[in-house]
Amino acid sequence: MSTYQEFIQQNEDRDGVRFSWNLWPSSRLEATRLVVPVSCLFTPLKERPDLPPVQYEPVLCSRANCKAVLNPLCQVDFRAKIWACNFCFQRNPFPPSYAGISEANQPAELMPQFSTIEYIVQRGTPAPLIFLYVVDTCLEEEDLQALKESLQMSLSLLPPNALVGLITFGRMVQVHELSCEGIAKSYVFRGTKDLSAKQIQEMLGLSKPMASGQQGRPVAPQDASAFCRFLQPVHRVDMNLTDLLGELQRDPWPVPQGKRPLRSTGVALSVAVGLLEGTFPNTGARVMLFIGGPPTQGPGMVVGDELKTPIRSWHDIQKDNARHLKKATKYYEALANRSAVNGHSIDIYACALDQTGLLEMKCLSNLTGGHIVMGDSFNTSLFKQTFQRVFSKDYNGDFRMAFGGVLEVKEMGVGGTSQWKVCSLNPSTTLGLYFEVVNQHNAPVPQGGRGAVQFVTQYQHSNTQRRIRVTTIARNWADAQSQIQHIESSFDQEAAAVLMARLGVFRAESEEGPDVLRWLDRQLIRLCQKFGQFNKDDPTSFKLSESLSLYPQFMFHMRRSPFLQVFNNSPDESSYYRHHFVRQDLTQSLIMIQPILYSYSFYGPPEPVLLDSSSILPDRILLMDTFFQLVIFHGETIAQWRKAGYQEMAEYENFKQLLQAPLDDAQEILQTRFPMPRYVDTEHGGSQARFLLSKVNPSQTHNNLYAWGQETGAPILTDDVSLQVFMDHLKKLAVSSSA
Amino acid sequence: MSVCETEGLVKHRPLGSSTRTADTLTLLSYPGFRDELKMNVNQHTPLAAPYGQPQPGYVQPGYAPLDGGYPTSYMPYHGPAPAYQHGAPQQGYSPFTSFPSKAVAPNPVSDPSSPLDLGPARGPPSSAPPPVATGQPYNQYNQSQGDMQNGPPPMTQEPPRPAASQPYNSGAATLPGHQPSYPQHYGHPSTMQQVTNQMTGMQINSGPPTAAGPGYAPPYSSQPPVSSAYSAAPPPSYTQAPPPAVSSGSVQMAPPSVPPASQQQYYGGPPPQAFNPSLPPTTSQQQFTSAPPTSCQQPLPPSSYSSPMPPPSQAPPPLVSQPQQPFPPPQPAYSSAPPPPDSQAAFTSGPPPGAQVSFPPRAPPPSSLAGSFPPPGPPPSSAPSSQYPGSISPHQRPLPSHPSPYHSGPPPPRAQMPPTSMAQSNHLPPGPQGQQQPPLQPGMSAGYPAQQNGAFGQVRGPQPGYAGPYPGQPNYGAPAPAAPAQKRLDPDAIPSPQSSDMPAVQKSRHRIDPDAIPSPIQVIEDDKAKVNEPFTTGVRGQAPPLVTTSFQVKDQGNASPRFVRCTAYNMPCTSDMAKQSQVPLAAVIKPLATLPPDEAPPYLVDHGESGPIRCNRCKAYMCPYMQFIEGGRRFQCAFCSCVTEVPPHYFQHLDHTGKRVDCYERPELSLGSYEFLATVDYCKNNKLPQPPAFIFLIDVSYNAVKSGLVSIVCQELKILLDNLPRENPEADSVVRVGFVTYNKVLHFYNVKASLAQPQMLVVSDVADMFVPLLDGFLVNVAESRLVIESLLDQIPEMFADTRETETVFGPVIQAGLEALKAADCAGKLFVFHTSLPIAEAPGKLKNREDKKLVGTDKEKSLFQPQVSFYNTLAKECVAQGCCVDLFLFPNQYVDIATLGVVPVSTGGSVYKYTYFQAQSDQERFLNDLRRDVQKPVGFDAVMRVRTSTGIRATDFYGSFFMSNTTDVELAGLDCDKAVTVEFKHDDKLSEETGALMQCAVLYTTCSGQRRLRVHNMAVNCCSQLADLYRNCETDTIINFLSKYALRGILNNHTKAVRDTLINQCAQILACYRKNCASPSSAGQLILPECMKLLPVYLNCVLKSDVLLPGADISLDDRAYLRQLISCMDVSDTHVFFYPRLLPLMKLEGDSLPVAVRASEERLSKGGVYLMETGLHLFLWVGASVQQELLLNIFGTPSFSQIDSAMTNLPVLDNPFSKRLRELIDSFRAQRSRYMKLMVVKQEDRAELVFKHFLVEDKSSSGGASYVDFLCHMHKEIRQLLS
Repeated sequence: MSTYQEFIQQNEDRDGVRFSWNLWPSSRLEATRLVVPVSCLFTPLKERPDLPPVQYEPVLCSRANCKAVLNPLCQVDFRAKIWACNFCFQRNPFPPSYAGISEANQPAELMPQFSTIEYIVQRGTPAPLIFLYVVDTCLEEEDLQALKESLQMSLSLLPPNALVGLITFGRMVQVHELSCEGIAKSYVFRGTKDLSAKQIQEMLGLSKPMASGQQGRPVAPQDASAFCRFLQPVHRVDMNLTDLLGELQRDPWPVPQGKRPLRSTGVALSVAVGLLEGTFPNTGARVMLFIGGPPTQGPGMVVGDELKTPIRSWHDIQKDNARHLKKATKYYEALANRSAVNGHSIDIYACALDQTGLLEMKCLSNLTGGHIVMGDSFNTSLFKQTFQRVFSKDYNGDFRMAFGGVLEVKEMGVGGTSQWKVCSLNPSTTLGLYFEVVNQHNAPVPQGGRGAVQFVTQYQHSNTQRRIRVTTIARNWADAQSQIQHIESSFDQEAAAVLMARLGVFRAESEEGPDVLRWLDRQLIRLCQKFGQFNKDDPTSFKLSESLSLYPQFMFHMRRSPFLQVFNNSPDESSYYRHHFVRQDLTQSLIMIQPILYSYSFYGPPEPVLLDSSSILPDRILLMDTFFQLVIFHGETIAQWRKAGYQEMAEYENFKQLLQAPLDDAQEILQTRFPMPRYVDTEHGGSQARFLLSKVNPSQTHNNLYAWGQETGAPILTDDVSLQVFMDHLKKLAVSSSA
Repeated sequence: MSVCETEGLVKHRPLGSSTRTADTLTLLSYPGFRDELKMNVNQHTPLAAPYGQPQPGYVQPGYAPLDGGYPTSYMPYHGPAPAYQHGAPQQGYSPFTSFPSKAVAPNPVSDPSSPLDLGPARGPPSSAPPPVATGQPYNQYNQSQGDMQNGPPPMTQEPPRPAASQPYNSGAATLPGHQPSYPQHYGHPSTMQQVTNQMTGMQINSGPPTAAGPGYAPPYSSQPPVSSAYSAAPPPSYTQAPPPAVSSGSVQMAPPSVPPASQQQYYGGPPPQAFNPSLPPTTSQQQFTSAPPTSCQQPLPPSSYSSPMPPPSQAPPPLVSQPQQPFPPPQPAYSSAPPPPDSQAAFTSGPPPGAQVSFPPRAPPPSSLAGSFPPPGPPPSSAPSSQYPGSISPHQRPLPSHPSPYHSGPPPPRAQMPPTSMAQSNHLPPGPQGQQQPPLQPGMSAGYPAQQNGAFGQVRGPQPGYAGPYPGQPNYGAPAPAAPAQKRLDPDAIPSPQSSDMPAVQKSRHRIDPDAIPSPIQVIEDDKAKVNEPFTTGVRGQAPPLVTTSFQVKDQGNASPRFVRCTAYNMPCTSDMAKQSQVPLAAVIKPLATLPPDEAPPYLVDHGESGPIRCNRCKAYMCPYMQFIEGGRRFQCAFCSCVTEVPPHYFQHLDHTGKRVDCYERPELSLGSYEFLATVDYCKNNKLPQPPAFIFLIDVSYNAVKSGLVSIVCQELKILLDNLPRENPEADSVVRVGFVTYNKVLHFYNVKASLAQPQMLVVSDVADMFVPLLDGFLVNVAESRLVIESLLDQIPEMFADTRETETVFGPVIQAGLEALKAADCAGKLFVFHTSLPIAEAPGKLKNREDKKLVGTDKEKSLFQPQVSFYNTLAKECVAQGCCVDLFLFPNQYVDIATLGVVPVSTGGSVYKYTYFQAQSDQERFLNDLRRDVQKPVGFDAVMRVRTSTGIRATDFYGSFFMSNTTDVELAGLDCDKAVTVEFKHDDKLSEETGALMQCAVLYTTCSGQRRLRVHNMAVNCCSQLADLYRNCETDTIINFLSKYALRGILNNHTKAVRDTLINQCAQILACYRKNCASPSSAGQLILPECMKLLPVYLNCVLKSDVLLPGADISLDDRAYLRQLISCMDVSDTHVFFYPRLLPLMKLEGDSLPVAVRASEERLSKGGVYLMETGLHLFLWVGASVQQELLLNIFGTPSFSQIDSAMTNLPVLDNPFSKRLRELIDSFRAQRSRYMKLMVVKQEDRAELVFKHFLVEDKSSSGGASYVDFLCHMHKEIRQLLS
């Protein structure tokens, strides 16, 4: 197994790819029998400091519907200067520039270590990055102030040649013109009116003015300036924009008692999308939406302005009581699609105590590769630092973001390609790709054959270069009948867990919660039946091989996770969690499924412990990372000591160190995590201890408290089943002959 | 008498005094009929009959007793009267020895009617002496006649006799005796002095005729006899006589001085003090009236009746007073010579003969005035001849025997003038000036006698009788025979007789002497002369001084005429009467009119939390007419008679007369105008209003920027913001301001005080306008001054390079409206706009200017809005209290008919600066803007006019919106806006209670206080048409008619509207003629004294650019004027339709030079004239003007060096220049719009524009000259009568 472990690790490090099965079943039927589909997690822009991009363009297969990129897996005839496409078997001559090619003189893309290679495309003029801030002004004064500061700060983080724009909204939507001197000028749109892109462009004066054309003067210069009125290079409008942001006022329209402020988020986004659509189509752009509450008027309205009407809950949705849900969702989806078509991504930064309509708006980010950040207030470090991290730079001083990505997957055996557009990518963006084996059972892929997959990612680098990253990988085909052991051992349970979880989340978006759980359970049972070793109807005999041993546990935690459970979560929160779940890489995803729990004590170095109530001990400090939260939990005794102030005493320096240790570790996580997790410092009996208690396996509850050892752990007051019960049940079902 | 006849036009003046006395003193008052102008056509005869039949009773009894008793009774009066008469005539006529004597007579006549005329100056002197002698008899006649009809007719013959003065006196005496009523009316007012005043007034009246005289003069001159006649006759009749001598000059001179006196009598004088005196005066007036005519006649008579006749006729006609004069003269004549003996008989018969005579005289008049009347052309020629004879005859008559002279006199004239002239005149106004009038005059002169005798009777027994009497009249018979025959001829076919008579004369007739037809200047000056003490409003049914007269008002229970002016102060009791008379019953209400500093603004009454006390049923507000009963515990509504409990806190005991003890402590119980503090119940949404806001919306399209408009506006606004309206001059204005600029899109500005720089918010969604910001848009000037100034500095720069030429308009108003809605306040939008809004947006317009449609059925559509969008918008604006003022700077068609809809419906104004150029138009624009911004204004107003049972406000004209039939909604109501309200009968009115109206305006002041302004007005009701005609106001009628017509062109062919106007006017006059005037021949044009200017003013309306466009008048101009006029008050319309033309040859002291009539003839090549139209100021410089004048005014010695492009006179350090500039400034200050000064050099191209405003002349667009129109009007009247 170690070989597979290493292989998997190596593959991930090099190519950012993890397959659920590293041996592929040779026919469709067999593939379906494996329960977990052949699929992979792919991180297109995985940071590869060791991989310098090459300065030329890729060589493509000449077959029109193939266009695969020359890669190390291709067969090359150096003498004939011909290479055979390993996807469609087309034989292609090398281009003239490859005239000097030979066994000894191979281009990088033919070397095995360059299974992933990045090309820099020189074509076309580099387009600047575009950042369009869309700012809600219906905020509390304090929040607005904080947001303004963050925005002003962000200007200094932008590359000087990047274009920035500003749209503010409340009851009205204002598009600020940044080019004018003296009087600050803005175009205002009514917040209740759905305008077409054409109308918006006309109203902004962006459409080709016919009148000016008549005067025989070249239209271009004026148009160009018109285009740029709203989007100006940072270096030119830095001061101006800083002042403008500084003068931003809260939405001045009075909010009567018992009403929500009127917030025209829908129109604001529509204007933003329309503006970019009209000015910079197919150029990398990021619309950054900052909202402090739900859209309350106009298209995309999520809730009315009557405070007595609460914003929809899961309960309402289940009862079909959410009046605006469908309409708003549809509206935002349409916007998201338009935006995606033009390669613009949309970020949502939602900071409010109540919901802000992320459920409806999530598609904006999901379909365009934008971020969603949710917080309680703009005046929190959570938002501030997260926002700052959006502009974080990589080892080259470039932004860790890319735009206008197009991912193309070429697959052996089918020769077909599939394309997805990912408007914005960052190094951790990870996609789940699910493959289908199309070979029929009676015509399996010949033994020993290798299947190949090529990922071609075209994107606009943050330094405005266009780049193409090509990853080509291959896996062996295996006959599921005869080589089931091999296949089993090629199982990547971590990847599989994440991939299955993504499937579950995907289903949860459209199906009822219980159905998804049932589906997930059934899959698990089937997998156990397929690969478990047991005697029929004898649960105790059930065994799983090492490569699958952790999988049920992942599923157990997955079932309890907020990605599938909506209890105690608002629709917005669910959307938020799911959003991140489906885009983080494997490691982070696993953390989300099964949070990590570290224990600190005087008895030794910090150690990971079971995510179990039994780990909650009075003399320990626990650090739990759920990705979204970082919880430091002080055991009862520790808490008392801390309260007594021992850490202040010189003689208890060690105690002080103990207290400090988890903090340092947490800080480390906080430094790198995006979005920044909620940081919770609590103790035994603290109200916020619930974050921990809700995650741990309730092995001890009020029901079985006395059945277990007295001193260990803390009982959890819940009716949820514990892992043990779950496993018992699973075994029983797996071995059941009737199942 | 003869004089009167000659004059032809006899005017009956329903002087306040006379009318009042009318009831009791009817007879006396009737003399007041002198007011009528009679145009002698040929129909003297008819007069006789009527007299005889219907009036016999009146006349005879009247005469008899009068003769006997009155003389004595009058004696006392004689004193004064004669003095006046004598004096007046003498002075005025001084040149003519004969005139003086006549003048005397005329004076008396003039009093009532003609005071307006020149009479005053001349009158007084002349009147004094002459009256004494013959006066008494006349008086008698007058009285008797007066009762019956107007009384005036009879005197005509007599007037010539100096005696006229006496008669007047006697008349006066009788009057007092007769009519206690007078005393009541005039009570105090009429004293000897007043009488004298009146006398003077009369003289004045006569004066005008004199003016006419001059006109005649020429003819006379031609005819030696005439001249003599004039000298003799004219003087007495009016100043006219004298004038003839001096001609215009004299006339002018005389009028000014005298007029004041006369005016006073009429208006101010009569009421309180004047009453007693007034009575006498009235009598005297009657006398005078009669006298004047006589005087007129006299002047003529002296030489020859015919001649005198004509002049008087001419003179009289023009002068309303003339008729009066004629009357008096007749009287005297009667009294002195034939009358006494024949008196009745003579009168009856006499009148007719007189009439006949008059006819002949008419002929003469034609020559002078008459010529114009009938057929201008012929008359002149004939006129002279005929006139002479006519004039002579009167004189002769008076001297020897009235009858004979008359007869003799008249006939000739007729023969001469009438036939041809009349015919012509009738046919057309060809005989521009004189013809018609002349004929009339002659008629008058002739008619007067007839009238005198019969007149009174005749009036009732119309023309048919006349015919009889004339023939029948033995007295006249001898002399008359010829005349009658002629007369007869005339009636049937005027032209033929005349033509047959005097071909030569015709020529003279053709040229009707403009001086012989009623002169607005004369009327105005006379009225001025009458006013010498405050006008008190306490007396019901009393007409106030004219708008051209400056006077002080004392509120004694009726609203000041500055707030309310009525067309009629005596309303007909029944709708039948109203219909018959066709006199519109309307009031022009200017609720927030600015009062002069010496008059207190309406008191503010606070009735506490429960609000104003109101009638339970009709909701009328507490006012002086409410009757408290049951010891003060309840009050009965004067409007609906409902009894309402008096709230305890308002209870007060009554005194023995039933008045509340605190009556004089409470404005609402003692004053005509006052204000209530409104409670929250009177506010929108039951919320006290916010202070209003002003929003400035500035077009920044290419044209606006290029013309300099944008920078001018911005520059000016910086200053103006310090002068926003406020109630307390000490405090800052609470009015908030906001700014918008626009072209195809709108730019709002955030000028919040906390900002370092203003912010611009562009709204391009013009299809669905909204206001992009709230806080920071409407700001307090003091707080945001720096930001605002920065904004105003930057706006011109920002758009300096704009290339945007398209504009929107509808969204602009929507924007302002929405802003006010958002701020929950009322306010005013100032829109500065340049072009037709063709950009894609609601309210988009297309250019539909098509001159080919002018004159077609489709023309009316051009006055209607092109799209209905603006009507809807206007409605919304009104609902919010959003008033829109529109400043237009068009370089081409902008469709004002459509753009103006919102301003007009919201109580706003439209200002137009075509081809705006910064240099030349800046001053006018800025002054308009300043005034518009600063003027007191109320917002969100609702006006309701309540009336007492029997009448009802049925129609409203002005700038406002009505969503139902009773509430006039005004988003904004400023101090210059007037609303004309028309009343109709619901039921019969009672003479005892009169008619009441209460106009209540609920509005928000500029400081945000909700108030109710209440104006009360009580008028008399009359069962006699004569009373109606005697107490109406032509200026107000014109105001109404013009508004009525301008509304009419929206739905009717312009020509139809014009015809309607003419028709109504003709009916009004015909009704008077038929029912009130003393019998006279149909050939006589008889105008009521109060309406003697109706034809000239109406003609001005008819030929105004809106109703009769010239080739160079754009549709926009017409639409603009149409809308402008709709909210004008009476003084605005007056000067607009009849511009003021001042000769500037001499400017001395503080007094204004006396205006001259708006006719090119009046301009002297060597002079400089200033013309004011209310919209323009012209300085006309004659080609051969004196160097000294040029140096004084322009600082240049050469005519050719005058820069006609200048808009302001150079500041020169000489008294003349200083005074002239002061004068111009004061003119400008009087008008709500700044008048740009245009220097017009004679025979310069620009003179065409100037000439357009010489409204008495034929206009280039085809408008009739005054004389022509008068002829036409006469023809119409005759048609109606036949």
